[in-house]
Amino acid sequence: MSGAELTIGPILFHWSADKKRDFYFRIADEAPVDTVYIGEVICSKRAPFFEPYYDEVAERLTRAGKKIVFSSLAEIMLPREQKMTKGLCELEEYEVEANDAAALYHLRGKPHRVGQYFNVYNEDTMAHLTSQGAVHFTVPSELPKEALSVLSNKAEELNVGLEVQVYGRTGLALSARCYHARSHNRAQDNCQFVCEEDPDGMELKTLDGKPFLSVNGIQTLSHTCLNLMHEVNEMQGMGITHFRLSPHSHDMVSVARAFRAVLDKDCAADEGVKKLEQAGFKGTFSRGFYHGNPGYAWKTA
Amino acid sequence: MNDHDAIRPELVCPAGTPASLRTAVDAGADAVYCGFQNATNARNFAGLNFTPEEMETSVLYAHEHGAKVLLAANTFPPAGKTGLWKEAVDTAVGFGIDAIIVADIGVANYVKTQYPDQRLHLSVQAGAPSVEAIKYYCEEFGVRRVVLPRILTIPEITVLKKEIPCEIECFIFGNHGLMAEGRCSLTNYVTGLSTNMDGVCSPASHVKYEEDTKRNLTTRLGDFTIDCFSCTQNPGYPTICKGRYLAPHKQEGYYAFEEPISLNLARLLPELVKAGVHAFKIEGRQRSRAYVREVVSSWRKAVDDMMDGQDVELAHLLSLTEGHKQTQGAYENKRWR
Repeated sequence: MSGAELTIGPILFHWSADKKRDFYFRIADEAPVDTVYIGEVICSKRAPFFEPYYDEVAERLTRAGKKIVFSSLAEIMLPREQKMTKGLCELEEYEVEANDAAALYHLRGKPHRVGQYFNVYNEDTMAHLTSQGAVHFTVPSELPKEALSVLSNKAEELNVGLEVQVYGRTGLALSARCYHARSHNRAQDNCQFVCEEDPDGMELKTLDGKPFLSVNGIQTLSHTCLNLMHEVNEMQGMGITHFRLSPHSHDMVSVARAFRAVLDKDCAADEGVKKLEQAGFKGTFSRGFYHGNPGYAWKTA
Repeated sequence: MNDHDAIRPELVCPAGTPASLRTAVDAGADAVYCGFQNATNARNFAGLNFTPEEMETSVLYAHEHGAKVLLAANTFPPAGKTGLWKEAVDTAVGFGIDAIIVADIGVANYVKTQYPDQRLHLSVQAGAPSVEAIKYYCEEFGVRRVVLPRILTIPEITVLKKEIPCEIECFIFGNHGLMAEGRCSLTNYVTGLSTNMDGVCSPASHVKYEEDTKRNLTTRLGDFTIDCFSCTQNPGYPTICKGRYLAPHKQEGYYAFEEPISLNLARLLPELVKAGVHAFKIEGRQRSRAYVREVVSSWRKAVDDMMDGQDVELAHLLSLTEGHKQTQGAYENKRWR
């Protein structure tokens, strides 16, 4: 139970290569996290920008004692995406996290992880993937606690890691169409990387002005920020082993410290939430999925 | 088209009720797809779908008339509740169902291990658009046909067909969802009911229409406004991915994902056959019997005319969308993306 590990999920948004490098350096130096997932998950067009930095970033994180996992694309359709995925799955020095069946195709038979964009909803799916070499699962964010509880029993039985996202905007949908490009009346092939203007996603409000969703290229995320600070101790009790923080442009080191303190029972959840409120996220928190409520909800009644 | 090697494509039609199934069979469907009255299928709407008894008699009816019945068991069982999906599979296999359409790996593995001879189709909900993803499901579970996501161009489908060991089924007509199937939690985010786990998308129980004094109509899902219409506009059903929203750099609300639009591939039928597509799928298990009769018989004639080398009556097929805007979506060219 006390072995709960904190992880930093892949950066979902299109940050400049320098910004990503600086983010990872700071995580390496200051954040109490155990594992860092790197790699482009959303858009294959963005991937080349950061490639020259991987060695430097991986070295810095490794020297800081962090485990590095490469995450695959969440949607693999084009030849360049197929090629990129095949290359990623051939990496020998790092574990790879599959977010699509195309990555599983290559990873079968050797140890690998399964990411939150691949649908692992139940114990039967988990058992089959484990029989093919999966050693660690990050499950979809919409699973309620009853299902997480069953999955954690199964994970324990199979001796695999079970990870749940506990912080950050929640990915709600993927598409073949880029909604960033669409909003600027551009085709995806001529997007001019307009998504870089929105480091935490582009806000969509309803016609009556209520914040609703965030657009990140082909991905649609919640506008609210998932915050399971009050729930992490319960999840530890269930046997969930890893807790994922999804990167944003605000102070993720403070976020990591707040979660670490609550996981270690050095700090009460209420106090942890107060720390999160000071970390710089502009918007409201949510935790509906875990409690079986609409995902955007904070109230648990 | 008179190619000797051309496959005669199967027309796969929707049935939300036993009456619709008989209508579709009578109107010329080669196969009908349907589901049980619970969360095991992706159209789990009140008043729709089949009891086990209805499924049994429907399979008999279809078989007597030379048509196949495909069970949609294409949602994702949440942990602890897989029994309901296994029961659906057991029941349908017992009735001699022709194929089971699955998306979840656990369900696929159950069919493969319990009923190794049972024909298995991979649902569009599994979201498998690449050679590798499709081969994964074929090799792991013996999938015999993949229902392709509506995101590929015809040249891409042509290339794909040559490299995969199974048949391809393509949507040709009906509602056109924008998000990758099986990977959308928008409805759950707003309503607390999940498309993947409960089989619902924008459920009617959470829809509200509010009219103001000037007869402007606001459509809402749960606590969120999806669109607003003036009294002269035809209001659409509030599906999140077909709504209008505000973005910081835009002056007015816009269809951030897609406008309300229907898929209609009437013009592309010959190209789809050339690409090697085995089955044409019509969306619409939630539609009326009258709609099913009209749509199925029209497409039956179109497919037969095309295969016999006759001209296809395009104007009639294009009129089937009932005044909605229509699109050829991604099939036409990649600018759609």
